[in-house]
Amino acid sequence: MTQPPVRAVAPANTIPFPLNIRFLQEGWKILFFRSGRYQPNASKSAEWNRGAYLAEGPSLCGGCHTPRNLLGAEKKSDAYAGATVDNWIAPALTDANPSPVPWTESELFSYLRDGVAPLHGVTAGSMSPVVHAGLSAVPDSDIRALAVYFADLDHAASRTGAIDAAVNTALAKSRLGSTQEYDPDAKLYAGACMGCHYNAGPTPLAARPELALNSALTLPEPTNFIHVVLNGIGIAEGGAGLVMPSYAAALSDADIARLAAYLRRTRTDKPPWTDIEKKIAAARMQRTSN
Amino acid sequence: MTTLDLNGRALSVQSPDDTPLLWVIRDEFGLTGSKFGCGIGMCGACTVHVDDRPTRSCITAVGAVAGAKITTIEGLDPNGRHPLQTAWIELQVPQCGYCQSGQIMQAAALLKDYPDPTDEDINAVMAGNLCRCMTYVRIRSAIKLAASRMRGGSHA
Repeated sequence: MTQPPVRAVAPANTIPFPLNIRFLQEGWKILFFRSGRYQPNASKSAEWNRGAYLAEGPSLCGGCHTPRNLLGAEKKSDAYAGATVDNWIAPALTDANPSPVPWTESELFSYLRDGVAPLHGVTAGSMSPVVHAGLSAVPDSDIRALAVYFADLDHAASRTGAIDAAVNTALAKSRLGSTQEYDPDAKLYAGACMGCHYNAGPTPLAARPELALNSALTLPEPTNFIHVVLNGIGIAEGGAGLVMPSYAAALSDADIARLAAYLRRTRTDKPPWTDIEKKIAAARMQRTSN
Repeated sequence: MTTLDLNGRALSVQSPDDTPLLWVIRDEFGLTGSKFGCGIGMCGACTVHVDDRPTRSCITAVGAVAGAKITTIEGLDPNGRHPLQTAWIELQVPQCGYCQSGQIMQAAALLKDYPDPTDEDINAVMAGNLCRCMTYVRIRSAIKLAASRMRGGSHA
């Protein structure tokens, strides 16, 4: 030891009662914690097994993407079915994911490596540091393994036949708003969003996130859409060099609600979102309290 | 403290992180080519490039673009002779001129994505850049003229 000792007081436990009582965790562990080693699945490739090990072990993907029971334990029977975390939706990683294009190996790889999947969108919310702070230190081979594992989990390989049609449908929708418009919602979209989000084709550009393919618009709730419009995407968050400004001070709740309803109506085949304005107001409250 | 690369100069920003990028560019660094129009990202007069992508600088917090490469109309071409700028002069595009730096920055990015833009592409990508003098017809012509020269490899 070459350094003299210093007097330091351990920081106080800030976890609220009763969760700060250590011994209670013993009971939780008895109920839910299973110690064990990853057991390779012999019917799968080494790469798949590496991906499964990384996903279930060190990456803790299920920590956000698997729903939890009332006691806060992951529901193993519902693994990767999607959940809410930090007021964002962590979408399903199974084939229950509602994106128009399945999460294929190449889409997953480019999302986890670069923060942008051209046929789905960019990283945002708490997924941004996962990619840009965490996985950025991981070699390509491990990112590829994760992509292989999750592409298998959502059965992307059996659904690739429909990708071209889905992209063509989306690109036809991308043109909406580019001609003379009488719909005030389309005009609002054209003024605020289209300059950056329009895609001419034949394929969407990674630097022009295509909203008709975007993951956030197809989720059952407008949560992620609202957060992105309010917060924007900073330089450190999405794809390299891709920035979206924050519209929090620029657009009213009513305006953002109109955009959300318009995009949901024209860019997806999903049922309308409900109570959008109330949800925007709630998201604004979360921003100011953070 | 936030740093920026503004038109090739590395700069430290004194303003707080939530200051709009446009204010930093105009008030702190004195580059007044980028204009304040609506202040809510709806008119395009404040458009600059952040890492070569067009961005409305009036609603972009400077802290959200820390370390990024910012290009304004002053930095688009070292001699002010970008093909769009020469086409703009040749076709006498502006009337009052207030929107033109934003128009040109948006159009420069359009031509990188779509070097041979159709009318529809121009309508869509330029839709968020308003011109109160209604010079849209000349803006479209200048974009097409610049595009044809850039495809020919000539910057004349």
